[in-house]
Amino acid sequence: MAVEPDLKIELGKQGVFVTTVSEIYNWGRKNSVWPMQFGLACCAIEMIATTMARYDLARFGAEVFRPSPRQADLMIISGTVTKKMAPQVVRLYNQMAEPRYVIAMGACAISGGPFKQGYNVLKGIDRYIPVDVHIPGCPPRPEALIHAFMTLQAKIDAQPLTGAERPRHLDAEAQGLFPVPEQGAHDLVPPVNRLVWPLPAPVPSGENCG
Amino acid sequence: MKTAEEIVAIIKAALPDAGVELVPNPSPSAQHSLLLDPKSAVAVASFLRDDSELALDFCSNATGVDWPGKEIAEKVKVTKLVDGVETIVEETVKRVEPGYLEAVYHLYSVKHAHREIAGPVVLRMRTGNRADRVQLPSLTPVWRSAEFQEREIFDLFGIVFTGHPDLRRILMWDEFEDHPMRRDYVDPDDYEYEPTPHDEVLKRAEANKAEATA
Repeated sequence: MAVEPDLKIELGKQGVFVTTVSEIYNWGRKNSVWPMQFGLACCAIEMIATTMARYDLARFGAEVFRPSPRQADLMIISGTVTKKMAPQVVRLYNQMAEPRYVIAMGACAISGGPFKQGYNVLKGIDRYIPVDVHIPGCPPRPEALIHAFMTLQAKIDAQPLTGAERPRHLDAEAQGLFPVPEQGAHDLVPPVNRLVWPLPAPVPSGENCG
Repeated sequence: MKTAEEIVAIIKAALPDAGVELVPNPSPSAQHSLLLDPKSAVAVASFLRDDSELALDFCSNATGVDWPGKEIAEKVKVTKLVDGVETIVEETVKRVEPGYLEAVYHLYSVKHAHREIAGPVVLRMRTGNRADRVQLPSLTPVWRSAEFQEREIFDLFGIVFTGHPDLRRILMWDEFEDHPMRRDYVDPDDYEYEPTPHDEVLKRAEANKAEATA
């Protein structure tokens, strides 16, 4: 049962602190998101800049870049995901413990970007793993990454701990292991995980070409 | 720096049996190249490197070119029986000129301090065809810097370099079977969703859409 904000402020003035379990649980979760130390291309340089003194991602409780997926909560897909690298990215995501989040950073990570029509680049990492926040840009500025991070924090903060919308780690039925694509003779097999990336509904001709 | 014509003359004087030809470049850059016979290519390359006058000791770049087969229409005069009378008829005969793959090497001399501005000495080698006779001798034993680039040519064009110390794919995975830089390569059709399709991608996206709605 949420406390009314006005009442909370009034009680605060009287020296009484009121909260709920879900509020304090989510407050803890959102302020200690540890990213994985993991860069794929030029976006990684912007990610590194975000952690340095000028932009200082430490203000958001995310300064601890862990070099192991077992200790990390957040995967920042910073750069081009080639088809050769994609199975390793999915495998690393599988090795992360819940709760875990994904930020797809930059044009390449969200769609393939300038390399979309190449033979070797995956057309967006959201074909294989669920992505929480997409950032456009080539590469996005550190401010954009900070904004994505704040968006993720707001998303965590708003998550109810019970019901259908509850986070995956509180849902015993939720799928935790995402199939790693095989490197086949002509392409990755399968080319897309339909559970994560369903086929978009067909758009009537002409509507999307304006 | 010597011109390509002079280098051909030097090679022919030193190695009379070597197969070397000049491939002229008619464009303003006039960057002529040397076409080597694969049989004697390693001997010629070693000579270019070791000769004190040329001393081409640095291979800066190696790449591939795909020349697909060309269909050529020719008009031929043929004698034919038309209504019992022998007449000369002009007929169009089509023949296919077979394609080939080409490996191109750019050489400089560090000893003689060649500058980029003068342009490299360009070597070319051609395969027999584009299907089964794709072997060329590796020049990695002569210039070690060609090792990764020859692997890349093998990966993307499918030229097999005999004598290469470690010929594996370098960019694509080992299970991959195609050669993406060939002109007839067809990339996998994974254009299910395109926000702003155009040209070839628009055709594919529409075909996929029709398939999804059918």
